[in-house]
Amino acid sequence: MASLKQLSSKKELLTGGHRLCAGCGASIIVRQVLLAADTPVVIAASTGCLEVATTIFPYTAWRCSFIHCAFENAASTLSGVETAYRALKKKGETDQDMRFIAFSGDGGTYDIGIQALSGACERGHRMLYVCYDNQAYMNTGIQRSSATPLGAATTTSPAGKVLPGKTQNRKDLTEIIAAHHIPYVAQASPSRWNDLVSKAQRALQAEGPSFMNVLSPCPRGWRHPPNESIKIAQLAVDTCIWPLYEVAEDKWRLTYRPKQKPPVEEWLKTQGRFAHLFKGNNQQVIEQLQAEVDRRWEELLEKTS
Amino acid sequence: MGNLISMEGNQAAAEAMRQINPDAMAAYPITPQTEVVQTFAQFVADGRVDTEFVTVESEHSAMSACVAAAASGTRVMTATSANGMALMWEILYIAASTRLPIVMALVNRALSANINIHCDHSDSMGARDTGWIQLFCENGQEAYDSLIQAVRIAEHPQVRLPVMVCYDGFIISHAVECLELLKDNEVQKFIGEFKSVNSLLDISHPYTFGPLDLYDFYFEHKRQQIEAYGPAKQTVIEVGKQFGSLSGREYGLFEAYHLQDARLAIVLMGSAAGTAKEAVDRLRANGLPIGVLKLRAFRPFPSEELTQLLSRFEAVAVLDRAVSFGAAAGPLFTEISSALFASNHRPLLLNYIYGLGGRDIDIEDIQEVGKKLQKTAESGKVEQPFDYIGVRK
Ligand SMILES: Cc1ncc(C[n+]2csc(CCOP(=O)(O)OP(=O)(O)O)c2C)c(N)n1
Ligand code: SF4
Ligand SMILES: [Mg+2]
Repeated sequence: MASLKQLSSKKELLTGGHRLCAGCGASIIVRQVLLAADTPVVIAASTGCLEVATTIFPYTAWRCSFIHCAFENAASTLSGVETAYRALKKKGETDQDMRFIAFSGDGGTYDIGIQALSGACERGHRMLYVCYDNQAYMNTGIQRSSATPLGAATTTSPAGKVLPGKTQNRKDLTEIIAAHHIPYVAQASPSRWNDLVSKAQRALQAEGPSFMNVLSPCPRGWRHPPNESIKIAQLAVDTCIWPLYEVAEDKWRLTYRPKQKPPVEEWLKTQGRFAHLFKGNNQQVIEQLQAEVDRRWEELLEKTS
Repeated sequence: MGNLISMEGNQAAAEAMRQINPDAMAAYPITPQTEVVQTFAQFVADGRVDTEFVTVESEHSAMSACVAAAASGTRVMTATSANGMALMWEILYIAASTRLPIVMALVNRALSANINIHCDHSDSMGARDTGWIQLFCENGQEAYDSLIQAVRIAEHPQVRLPVMVCYDGFIISHAVECLELLKDNEVQKFIGEFKSVNSLLDISHPYTFGPLDLYDFYFEHKRQQIEAYGPAKQTVIEVGKQFGSLSGREYGLFEAYHLQDARLAIVLMGSAAGTAKEAVDRLRANGLPIGVLKLRAFRPFPSEELTQLLSRFEAVAVLDRAVSFGAAAGPLFTEISSALFASNHRPLLLNYIYGLGGRDIDIEDIQEVGKKLQKTAESGKVEQPFDYIGVRK
């Protein structure tokens, strides 16, 4: 992989001046992924924070071609672009090497867009689909998604007198996509940029669909200071809430093993959305979450060993 | 004389698609459209088209892929019916508002519930405000001819709007009729090369499609779009004429059947127009001054033309094969009556709902309508403005 110095001299395709919040993980992830591309790219995005904050007419923060169609269809939209590319290539109207990348939130991926994504994976379009997972519907005001962790307070899973925030565990989307047996699937975090960029490189080299699930801190929704985003992302990795691994040609590999595995409590403490778990008799929710994280981590260790 | 052949409406539509040879097609099967997709898949399997055929997992994805492929500078087609169209609904608006020249065969079928696979126009009517141009067909020949014309209409630089070619499920899609096909090279010459505008794949001109467009610009964009339907109307006429010179079958916004000397008229769309023509022939043989106005272009709706044509009539019956629940009348009637209201002279108007869920309408049914029209004209009074044809109480 190129050195940090080389990467930093590359022309960025997402300009500054967009309207994402300070400390938002989404723009950091987009920039890291795009650093891995060494051909022209076309971007598709689903409705969500990233899309609305980067394309407010008459401005656009994208220096490359970009399409937003709707919320649930980043994958089918991008498959249309990739199909057009193949059609024009077949007719000899282009010989340009290009890549196609979708950026979509967890809502647009785990929930409303999972059908379109599954279909596109099965059909085998050569494209990279990146989910920036901020664990809720942030654009519409922090509602729960199936990526929201157990116990998190959101506006549709608020902490109240009888309910301690979200009462279900999160869906393991990365494994669901891995079960499509596409050439490349990975989980990454912007806190380990070198790991993320090299995963994006491998994903873009794959001769078929590839998928990356990237944890995306959201100061607004997670309720933490904007300057702590990357630290909190790394703590999620170290606590094994968000393990870093890849599945390349069906081979599972851990790409980072935490030296110590701090208790999940350490991560929960950093965010206001979990504050209620440290009050009253909600301690058991923390224990449940810890047990779930441990169980999934053990399973992952087995798959990657 | 071209190539005369007997085939089903769906096969004729698939044949038009083969001759158009679009760059991309994304479609999902649904009765009664299925045969279009299957036949086209066989063309792909046999290498008879160059099309990239995307076998999507839903109609929502079909229309999404069409939107993106069209935005990527390719000629795109699809086909669907009823629930499939309903599932596309969100993206239908996006296709039209992004000004993408997608062509779709819509094989008309009733919407659920209860589930019913047969013909009515509720699927088209549900999409009437989406911004798509809607052309209705009387038979398989018209479906074939209109699909070819639709490419030219959609891609006209002053139009750039998607077109749906609507033909009746089963009644047209599954009926074998003798029709005349053009030669492959004639079709190719007629539609011409696809000219792409602002393609996503033109990397030297990066373009952002589908931005957030708020109160400071959205309204102007809508106004621009509204103003495209005027040129669209002219283009439907022009392309219909040019198609006439090529094939001997000229098309326009509507067809006037024996209206010249008539004082009574029946207005309707789709396959029932054929039935109405036969009914009118019989009524005229008995001395009734009656004709048929078969509407082809429901969108853009030819308000001025219809007003001009119909205002001098004594009585007009509008037959709707769809309902707008809770409205006072059917959707076609509402359009016609509001167009006529601007005129100083207007006929007495009757509205009939017929054929929902594939219920047959026969010649005698329409003859009855003719007689009601005569009575209305004679009495100068509308006794029952709204009624049904062929339904039990
Ligand atoms: C069909 C549809 N349903 C609902 C919405 C409203 N909506 C827009 S963005 C959004 C949530 C986006 O969440 P996510 O994908 O996680 O992205 P984020 O905003 O968190 O970045 C919702 C519910 C919509 N635009 N379209
Ligand atoms: S609300 Fe969260 S996801 Fe949305 S822009 Fe702000 S920080 Fe980013
Ligand atoms: Mg989100």
